[in-house]
Amino acid sequence: MTYSAPTQPQLGVVGWLRWMWRQLTSMRTALFLLLLLALGAVPGSTFPQRSLDSARTAQWIADHPTAGPWLDRLGFFEVYASPWFSAIYLLLFISLIGCVLPRTKILWHQVRSAPPKAPGRLERLSAHTTAEVDLPPEQALAEARSALRAKRYRVHAHDESTLSAEKGYLREAGNLVFHVALIGVIIGVASGYLFGWRGDVIVPVGQTFANTLIRYDTFSPGPWVDPTALTPYTVRLDSMDVTFESEVQGRGQFGMPRDFTATTTFTPDGGTPRTEIVKVNGPLETGNGTVFLLGNGYSAKVTVRDADGTVVYRDSTPFLPMDNFYKSSGAIKVLRAGGDLGFSGFFLPTGTIDEQGPRSLFPDLLDPGLVLTAYEGELYPNANPQSVYSLDTSGMKQLVDDKTKEPLRLWLKVGDTAQLPGGRGSITFDGVERFAGFSIRTDPGKSLTLVSSLLALAGLVASLVIRRRRVFVRVTADEGRSLVSVGGLGKGDDDGIADEIAQILARLPRTP
Amino acid sequence: MTDQTLATYSNLSIYSAMAVLTLAMILYAVHLARLMPSKEREPKRELVPVGAEVGAVGTDAGVGIAAGDSASTLTGGAIDCGWGNLVEEAWVEPAGARKAAGMAWMLTLLGTALVVLGVALRAAEVHRWPLGNMYEFAIVGSMFALLVYCGWALRRDLRWLGLFVVTPVLLTLGLAITVWYTDAAELMPSLKSVWLAIHVTVATLSVALFGIGASIALIYLIKDRVPLTGKLGFLRRLPEGPALEKLAYGLHIVAFPLWTFTLIAGAIWARQAWGAYWNWDPKEVWTFVIWAVYAAYLHARATTGVSRRAATWIAVAGFACIIINYAVVNMWFVGQHSYSGIS
Ligand code: HEM
Repeated sequence: MTYSAPTQPQLGVVGWLRWMWRQLTSMRTALFLLLLLALGAVPGSTFPQRSLDSARTAQWIADHPTAGPWLDRLGFFEVYASPWFSAIYLLLFISLIGCVLPRTKILWHQVRSAPPKAPGRLERLSAHTTAEVDLPPEQALAEARSALRAKRYRVHAHDESTLSAEKGYLREAGNLVFHVALIGVIIGVASGYLFGWRGDVIVPVGQTFANTLIRYDTFSPGPWVDPTALTPYTVRLDSMDVTFESEVQGRGQFGMPRDFTATTTFTPDGGTPRTEIVKVNGPLETGNGTVFLLGNGYSAKVTVRDADGTVVYRDSTPFLPMDNFYKSSGAIKVLRAGGDLGFSGFFLPTGTIDEQGPRSLFPDLLDPGLVLTAYEGELYPNANPQSVYSLDTSGMKQLVDDKTKEPLRLWLKVGDTAQLPGGRGSITFDGVERFAGFSIRTDPGKSLTLVSSLLALAGLVASLVIRRRRVFVRVTADEGRSLVSVGGLGKGDDDGIADEIAQILARLPRTP
Repeated sequence: MTDQTLATYSNLSIYSAMAVLTLAMILYAVHLARLMPSKEREPKRELVPVGAEVGAVGTDAGVGIAAGDSASTLTGGAIDCGWGNLVEEAWVEPAGARKAAGMAWMLTLLGTALVVLGVALRAAEVHRWPLGNMYEFAIVGSMFALLVYCGWALRRDLRWLGLFVVTPVLLTLGLAITVWYTDAAELMPSLKSVWLAIHVTVATLSVALFGIGASIALIYLIKDRVPLTGKLGFLRRLPEGPALEKLAYGLHIVAFPLWTFTLIAGAIWARQAWGAYWNWDPKEVWTFVIWAVYAAYLHARATTGVSRRAATWIAVAGFACIIINYAVVNMWFVGQHSYSGIS
C-alpha cells in the first residue's frame, strides 16, 4: 500500500534508510514475510525438536552423522528459537508497526474531518442512479439526509445542493485492531517465555510435595525468573485413580487410558489444607503455578537385607512408563558399607516373559512383576550427577548366578524374596503403589496473549464484515420537483453498493 | 438399541449416502455436459471480439480487478451464464440439462440427510461428540460441506458447482470408511473437554468452507488457462472468471476467522490438557502454517500489483496445507496429537 519505488538516482544515507524503511513496510514485503514465516515453521514439524524430545533429537543426529551436525548448526532442531526464524517474525513485526502507525494517523484524520466534497460528475462513480422526487430541492435534500442518517452514514453538506456521506470507519479500525493485537500476542508470548517457569515432579501416593526448588526433579525457569522466590505451598497426593479400557473395543483401543484422577490435599502458604482434585484437563490453580497432571506410573516397594537379615534399604522407587502397557524402567540404588548395590530393570504391571522378552500385557495391576539385574561396586563414581531412573555401572560389576555363572536375573512377584549370590543377603518385592507426575507451570503472559488474540479475532471479523462506503447526493431543481442524483463508492469488492443506493432512493417520496 | 446396532445403522447410512451421492455426481456431470455449446455455434463464438463488451456486461465484474488480471477478457462477457444478471440472449438452458440438475439436487438433499443421520447415529453410538478420530472428522467434515452447499444453493443458482462439491465429498467419505475407519471407542483423558467439542467442530466447519473455496478457486484458475472448446466447453457456462474469484474469496473470508478461532480454542484446550498453550507440536505447527498461508492470501488480494490469479494460487496452497495437516501429520508425525485411532 505504501509501496513506492525510488525515483532519484542519488539518495544519500538518509534517503537509502528511508527507502529501506519503505520497502520493509510495504504490503509486498509483508506478504513475502508471511509466506516465509509459514515456510520457516515447517521444518519444526519434520525434524525432532530438542525442546519437545531431546532424546529423539540426539538419536536423529546420531543416525545421520553427516547431515545431523550441519542441521543442528543451522538450528533445525530448535527451529522456533533459531536466529533465522526469529529474524523472519521480528522483521514482520517491525514491518507491522511501520505499517500500522501511518494507517492509524490517516484513519484518525479521516474520522475527524468531514467526508470529501461530491465529485463533479456522480455518474462516474461505480454505482449511480438518478430519480425524480416530488419535493422542492431543500426538502428533497433534507429527506436524503435523513435517509442517509437512517442508514448510519456520517453526512456533511459542503454546499447547498450536495451531500457527502461516509460510513464504515470501523472496517479500517477493526483491521488496525487486528494488526495491533498481533503485536500484543507476540509480547504476551515473549513475556511468558521470559518470566514463566515450569517444574516437573513425581509424587508417590501418600507423599507430599512442597513448592521449593530442591523438591523438583527438573526445573526450567525463564531467563528473568528468580527460582528461589517460590511460594512454599504443599500438595499431598492422597490417591491416584486410573482406569484403562479393559474390554476389547475396536482396534488399538485395548488398554488405552480412560480416566486419570489425582485426589490431593492442597495447603496454601500459611493457609488451611483443603481437598483438591487434579485431572487431565482439570488443573489446580495454586496462585504460584498451575499444577497439571501429566503422567502417572508405578513405584515398586522393595526391601534389601544383609546376610544376617538386617534391613539395609526399604523404600519405594518410581519406574518410568515406556509404552502404552506401562512397561516401566527404573533403578534401585542401595548405599552400603563394603560395596553399594544397584538393581536396574523393568517393572511390569501385568508381567510376562516370553520370546519378546519381559513385557506387560495390560497397564493395570493384574499381575505385577519386577525384572532386575544386579550390580555391586560404587554407585556414584566421580560424584557425577545421574538420573534416578538409570544406573551408572562404570564403577560396578554385574553379579552372576552362583550356579549357572550367567549374569544374575531376578524375576519377582509381589511378596517374593530372592537371595543374592555369594551370601550378599536378599531382596524382597513388598508391593506396588502409584505415583502421579505433576508439572507445575507459570505463564505470566498468558492473559495478555489470550486477550490479544480475542481482540485480533474481533478486529478481523469487523474488518471483513463491515463495508466502507461513500455516498454523494446532488439535487437539482426541476419545475417544482427535484432531480436527485446519487452516486456511491465502495472500498475493495463491494457488490452491494448499487443496492445500497437503491435503498436510499426508496426512502424518498418518488414521482410515479 | 445397542451400540452395535447403532454402529451398523450408522455405517449403513453412510454407505447409502455414498450411493445416492454417486448418482447425484453423475447427474451433475450430465447437467454440465448438456450445457456444452452446440457444434454449429462454436466457430462463431470464436470470432466474437472480446474485451469490448466486458465493461458493458459486468459492471460488478469490472470493479476491483487488479491490473494485469485478464480473467474477464479471456471468456468475454457475452458468454456469461451469469446468475440472474446477464444471459446470452440467444442461449436457453437445454431442458435435458435442467432436468438432470433438478434430479441431482434432490439426490444431493437426500444424500446430505443420510450423512447427517450417519453422524447422528455415530454420536449416539459413542455417547459423545463424534469428533474423536480421523474417521469421525472425515464424516463430520463431509456433512458440513454438504450442508454449506445445500444452504447456499437455496439462495442462489449453484447447480454448476454441484459436481465440484459432491465429488470431493464422495472421495472423503470413501477414504473415511475404508482407510480411516475406526470402531467406536471412548476418548483418551486428554480429549475429554468441552474445548474439544468447540475446537474440533469449528475446525471441521472451516475446513469444509475452505474446501468449497478451494474447489471454486481451482475452477477459476483452470477456466482462465485452458481453451474453452471441445470437452471443456461446459466451462463457458460457468460464472465468469472474476465472479468465480469473488465467490472463492467470499468463502475464504468466512472460513479464515473460523480458523483463527480454531487456533485460539486449540491453544486454550492445550493449556488445560498439557499445561502450555503452545508447544510447537507438529499439529500446532501446521495449524499455524495454514493460518499464515491464508493470511498471506488475504493480504495478496489487497496488495496492489499482485494479480488475482497469484493470490488465488496462495489460497490453493493453503488447502494443500490442510490436506497435509490432516492426512500426513495425523498419521506419520510424532506428537501429542497422535490419536488418529489407527494403529
Ligand atoms: C503478522 C503478520 C500479519 C498478518 C497475520 C496479517 C494479516 C492480515 C489479514 C488476515 C488481513 C485481511 C483483513 C482484510 O482483508 O480486511 C490483513 C489486511 C491488511 N494488512 Fe495485514 N497482516 C500482517 C502484517 C501486515 C503488515 C506488516 C502490513 C503492512 C505492511 C499489513 C498491512 C495490511 C493492510 C494495509 C491490510 C488491509 C487490506 C485491505 O483490506 O485493503 N499487514 N492483514
